[in-house]
Amino acid sequence: MKIKFATMTAVVALCASSAFADEVRVYNWSDYIDEALLEKFEAETGIELIYDVFDSNEVLETKMLSGGSGYDIVVPTGDFLQRQITAGAFQALDFSKLPNAENLWDLIKDRTAQYDPGNAYSINYMWGTTGLGVNVQKVTEILGEDAPIDSLELLFNPENMEKLAECGVYMLDAPTEVIPAALTYIGEDPNSFDTDLINKAGDVLLGVRPHILKFHSSEYINALANGDICVAFGWSGDILQARDRADEADNGVEIAYNAPKEGALMWFDQMAIPVDAPNPEAAHKFLNFIMDAENMAAASNYVYYANGNAASQPFLEEDVIGDPAIYPSAETLEKLYTPVPYPPKVQRVVTRLWTKVKSGI
Amino acid sequence: MRRLLVAVPYVWLVVLFLVPFGIVLKISLSDIALAIPPYTPTLDLSEGWTGFKAFLSQLDLENYVFLTSDDLYWKAYLSSLQIAFLSTFFTLLVGFPVAYAMARAAEEWRPALLMLVILPFWTSFLIRVYAWIGILSTEGFLNQFLMWTGVISEPLTILNTNTAVYIGIVYTYLPFMILPIYATLEKMDGSLLEAAEDLGCSRMQAFWLVTVPLAMPGVVAGCFLVFIPTLGEFVIPSLLGGSDTLMIGKVLWEEFFNNRDWPVASSVAIILLLILIVPIILFQRNQQINKEADQ
Repeated sequence: MKIKFATMTAVVALCASSAFADEVRVYNWSDYIDEALLEKFEAETGIELIYDVFDSNEVLETKMLSGGSGYDIVVPTGDFLQRQITAGAFQALDFSKLPNAENLWDLIKDRTAQYDPGNAYSINYMWGTTGLGVNVQKVTEILGEDAPIDSLELLFNPENMEKLAECGVYMLDAPTEVIPAALTYIGEDPNSFDTDLINKAGDVLLGVRPHILKFHSSEYINALANGDICVAFGWSGDILQARDRADEADNGVEIAYNAPKEGALMWFDQMAIPVDAPNPEAAHKFLNFIMDAENMAAASNYVYYANGNAASQPFLEEDVIGDPAIYPSAETLEKLYTPVPYPPKVQRVVTRLWTKVKSGI
Repeated sequence: MRRLLVAVPYVWLVVLFLVPFGIVLKISLSDIALAIPPYTPTLDLSEGWTGFKAFLSQLDLENYVFLTSDDLYWKAYLSSLQIAFLSTFFTLLVGFPVAYAMARAAEEWRPALLMLVILPFWTSFLIRVYAWIGILSTEGFLNQFLMWTGVISEPLTILNTNTAVYIGIVYTYLPFMILPIYATLEKMDGSLLEAAEDLGCSRMQAFWLVTVPLAMPGVVAGCFLVFIPTLGEFVIPSLLGGSDTLMIGKVLWEEFFNNRDWPVASSVAIILLLILIVPIILFQRNQQINKEADQ
């Protein structure tokens, strides 16, 4: 018995000591950082970093709204962030502990202020667009040399889609990204809350639904790179990763990414500290570390997404900063729209419509 | 001491079933809110009795009424019931012969055979379902094998269809069917079969008239062990099924995560539970009758 008690107290002591040790828990998107940066953070600060990943905003939001997630840093997308701020899920940042915040890019800050007024609760990590990933050779073979690979015509015109169905089309399983695109296609405001208009956009989607092979938010990277499919409506960086994987495999597949010329959705992934974070002190250190110009550049060079850090730009590699698919020209930037979160009643209509599009019921 | 032991199952029931059930029931009567947690009202005990009354007055059945307004929900329940029934049937079809063969095997082989049935549990359920993606996909092992043997010339589309869901469910739940049937068959007295044959039964007749009825308790238990979890299954249809696979588990997920509507999600869950409670009670009663008949 005595021995048992001794080991038990030892275990309790161990648990207790690890709970009080300086550690920071980060919850970020999957495949979204250069892991060397995580080691660098631990080496520089002596803080133990626990890094977990998720692959959908919905999962993160449910954790935030349940409370007690145990994370010190989370990375929701702008429109989700806004709702969570309203729900009281985050704490205001202490900018006296974030000297590197001066590196942030005003152009992006202006846009993220729409979700986080005054940028009081969050800093931008990465941003990008949602658009068209195309296997150039296959698509021009089917639709001819003047195939509209930079236009929503490619995706929402049933005539084009009927022909493209033979080589395979994937679409994001994310109604809040696809429905604004369909609204743009019919010339309406992508951020409309008018449920009649949303249903009209739904009709566009139902019209092309029979020609869509699959709705999925990550499988298209491999499917595009392998040449299994020829068109994907997805996130910019993911499609660029597909392009690079195809290059590395040297399999003759040439992928191009274009933000639709009618207008594309621009999204922002924001780092924030939950209101009940166990170690906000360490969380601030992590944010400051990530806002360092060289660190942020290393992250972007690795994941092929643009960041909201102006000072990092001299450290970016040419194939990142010089690629208009990652850092769009000023002219394209004008055409990008930022999504607004739906109120619950409209959200219900959107989810229901999405079920109808996917399953026909 | 004895009382304490008797109390254990009751404590189990209260802590792991009644309390969570009460919480879910309460949420299903609440309204959606943008807050932590995302529903209202929440019980504030500091207000005492008046606070409790105010809390009760805010609960209503609105969400249940809502479920009747959209045919999505009953279609999803129906489709889940269909998938659960068919999967249970197929699992029985595969499981019974396996259990029968195991019970008939030489005594020294039985522990090894039993081990083989249990062995897959040593690997994570998720990994085993993922493995099926590799087997069933268009360029998967199954298609490659069939093309190689020349049975088919074009690859079959199995992954992302209901067929894949059935395969996944039958594979996953097979041990839950085999083990109870094996347990009853193994206990069976072999001399009963000899007696049946002495009385003029053919081997086939003896099987249907003696073995099958005696195996019934195991079959019923196995069917319930498969049917009940299959009805609410979420992982298998979301990994192997297509976007047109409609199951209530998936609808529940969407209510919870996409709509962030915990109250409606909870009422969907409560109805699922009610659907399950009916067969469970029937099953219990059936067992009781069997027991009394035995005595």
